[in-house]
Amino acid sequence: MSGFFSDLINVISAAILLWQEGERVKSHVWRPLYVVIAFVVAIVVFRFFYVPNDFGSGKRGFMYSYHRFSNEAEWKNQPAKYSVSGRERMHEYCSECHGEIVKVRTEKLHGIIPCEDCHGPAMQHPDNPEKLTIDRSRGLCLRCHTNLPYATSERHRIPGIDPKTHNTGIECVKCHNPHNPSLEGMK
Amino acid sequence: MERREFLQKSILVIVGASVPLSALTMIDPKKVFAENPDIQWAFLVDTNKCVGCGFCVKACKTENDVPFEANVSRTWVERYVYTKDDKRYVDSPKAAQDGFTESRIDLGRGEYQEIDKANVGKAFFVPKLCNHCSSPACTQVCPVGATYKTDDGVVLVDRTWCIGCGYCIMACPYGARFFHPIAKVADKCTFCYHRLSKGLDSACVNACPFKARRMGNIHDKNDPITQLIMNERVGVLKDEFGTKPQAFYIGLAQEVR
Amino acid sequence: MVGEIAQHAAMIVHGEAWTVKELFTLPNEYIYWSIQIVMYPYMTGLVAGAFVLSSLYHVFGIEKLKEIARFSLVFSFALLPVAMMPLMLHLQQPFRGIHVMMTPHFTSAIAAFGFVFSTYACIVATELWLVYRKYFVQTAVALKAQNNRSAIDSFRMLMFTALTLGAWDISDEAVKKDHKACKTMAGIGIPVACFLHGYAGFIFGSVKANALWMTPLMPVIFICSAVVSGVALCILCYVIVQEIRKFMAKRKIARWANDPTAPTIEELEGAKHEEVMISSNYLMYFMIAALTLEILDLIFRGYTQVKSWDILREVIMERDFTKIFIMQYGLGNILPFLIMVLPGRTVRRTTIATVLVLFGVFMMRYNVVIGGQAFSLSFSGFMDYTLPIIPHDLETFKEGLFGAMTVAATPFVLFFFINKVMPAFLKEEESTH
Repeated sequence: MSGFFSDLINVISAAILLWQEGERVKSHVWRPLYVVIAFVVAIVVFRFFYVPNDFGSGKRGFMYSYHRFSNEAEWKNQPAKYSVSGRERMHEYCSECHGEIVKVRTEKLHGIIPCEDCHGPAMQHPDNPEKLTIDRSRGLCLRCHTNLPYATSERHRIPGIDPKTHNTGIECVKCHNPHNPSLEGMK
Repeated sequence: MERREFLQKSILVIVGASVPLSALTMIDPKKVFAENPDIQWAFLVDTNKCVGCGFCVKACKTENDVPFEANVSRTWVERYVYTKDDKRYVDSPKAAQDGFTESRIDLGRGEYQEIDKANVGKAFFVPKLCNHCSSPACTQVCPVGATYKTDDGVVLVDRTWCIGCGYCIMACPYGARFFHPIAKVADKCTFCYHRLSKGLDSACVNACPFKARRMGNIHDKNDPITQLIMNERVGVLKDEFGTKPQAFYIGLAQEVR
Repeated sequence: MVGEIAQHAAMIVHGEAWTVKELFTLPNEYIYWSIQIVMYPYMTGLVAGAFVLSSLYHVFGIEKLKEIARFSLVFSFALLPVAMMPLMLHLQQPFRGIHVMMTPHFTSAIAAFGFVFSTYACIVATELWLVYRKYFVQTAVALKAQNNRSAIDSFRMLMFTALTLGAWDISDEAVKKDHKACKTMAGIGIPVACFLHGYAGFIFGSVKANALWMTPLMPVIFICSAVVSGVALCILCYVIVQEIRKFMAKRKIARWANDPTAPTIEELEGAKHEEVMISSNYLMYFMIAALTLEILDLIFRGYTQVKSWDILREVIMERDFTKIFIMQYGLGNILPFLIMVLPGRTVRRTTIATVLVLFGVFMMRYNVVIGGQAFSLSFSGFMDYTLPIIPHDLETFKEGLFGAMTVAATPFVLFFFINKVMPAFLKEEESTH
């Protein structure tokens, strides 16, 4: 706000100074300059109405943090889709209703995978959506269980198969229980 | 007064009057520290733990409304495979949103490279995202002040003000930015700023089953992530540009650009 | 669902339609700055170059360049609005383009450019006003004196009256003041024109993330090639317009040709040989400067061989070899230089050379903008640019061949209209300078 008024005062005093000079010198060659000043005043006035008045610089200065301050709150207020954090808390959160399934998961195997990774975001569940996705595609399991021979990566410690030869065309869950993936209790 | 001198002065005044004084205000740091809790978000990636499942990319796209049909992503995972006959292959099929489900390398243009199992030497996965640099080149080049670094260390884009010129996208050395196909403005990882302020983890941190992605407050010496950054041998990407990235990598190989 | 990974229908992101990615490129990498960003420095370069040519007469008083100088000044005014066009066509949010003037972030070269450009536009407009004031006054007075004015003539009278800005005195003393102020404006304009195009070069040269663009030489290279393109365009257009005027005088087409006081064919004598010769000398000086700097940049890169050299070498020496060495340096620089430097230079030979030079400068912009995006930030992959020819949506029109041609054609359309208000060719007694 103060910026606008100081701008306006600067421009008006410049115009007055020039007018006085112009009077003294009485030369028509200054006239284009008056036209330019008129344009500048018009732009400054337009700017006062158009630009939100909370533009400024943050802690990192003009170079790195010049912005409209109210935008920060706009980002903070965006609703979250995935629910409470942390593996442990997720088990508590889901076990309230889905206790049986959650109990079956073994901690060291599929227990490390947050439920929402496979079933989608559940912040508003069961209000919205009423039912979460159940994805039975091979692609979901192959994310980890395609056997990749990378000895220098954790990947090779995950038991895997070759998707092109291992029971092609059949869903993985037909034989493997995704919540209790022990190879012993298989059909 | 000399006419030339006067002309010069008037031009200066007019140009100066066009610069809003409020834009050049520097905020007193001491005042800020007194008012706000001192947070500076930092990210820690452990490339030893990443298995390339891509759940982080899936979660990020879902949480932040980046369409799965679009070939852009706020975060992605790269696969590096070195063969014993001294060749290096890198790929990131669809930004790893479906994980890595094939051993053949995606070379682009519909071509693939089959890798013989016995030929594989070193191989690993590297998750990448916006580094939320301390001196970000992207915010420096924005012509309208639409992208900026918050006081708690997160670089954001003002969707109502961005004009879509793409200068920030060109200026980012890490390829973290892109044009959002629906919002039609510049977009990038926000560290899930909307989740942090609610005390939740970022979507990718939340989704990773292997603890390859973690976040902490680097100004808090007691934060476990900060302790890891202080005590382990960590690296950053492309530090030669002086951007001072705030995403740290454990197990970063020198060939990773 | 049974089956493999769920297939999603493709949503084409900005840049994907004209980018073909090869080997490893980061997922978000596309050629975001395409043909319109090539056109933009090209058009602003023409503006700056046209102005410098006009200033050679107005400031340095090279009398022999008088006619082409006035022509260049008017033409640079026709080019000015066109410099904004490629940007508006490129922006994802064109209606927010004004934000650059509203909240300019001066650490960005693009923001500073907005103000430098506006200042430059004011300077050119002022100089034009000073040159044409006498003509405005004379025309307005003549129209006022007419008793039965048509609607168009009434409009013209109002327009010319407004353009005088109330300064009706066209005595010798007043005209002398115009002359002096015009010289000052032209003098101020030269550094501003250099600033204008230096900034365009700075936009690229300061991007440290891009291995090809990042060099302190970029602003200077851009300035020199801008002057080259502007001078070449003005010589070319001047020759063409003079030939058209000769043709119109012969066939008595156009209003002015039937006027009894119109210049005869002998007086027109086509483009004045001497004006073209001197202008093309200056063209060659700047061509030498531009080429020297570009080769210097290349030599430094090849000698120091920093990390980016492997991928840059493949782009410059192999993939883009034809575009850079055959088209830009060969056809666009060396060939026109030889054409002009060999003894017995004629107007015709010079005209052919200017066409080649204009092509060469365009290829330089193309090779910098597109070439800089031809390789991945990972240094492990490439991106090929295919200019969209037949548009199938708004984006491929704006950033395709038709968008570029629209930008290229507009200055000529504008020049046609501006010429009716400020005629590029005036009789001696009508002009102030």
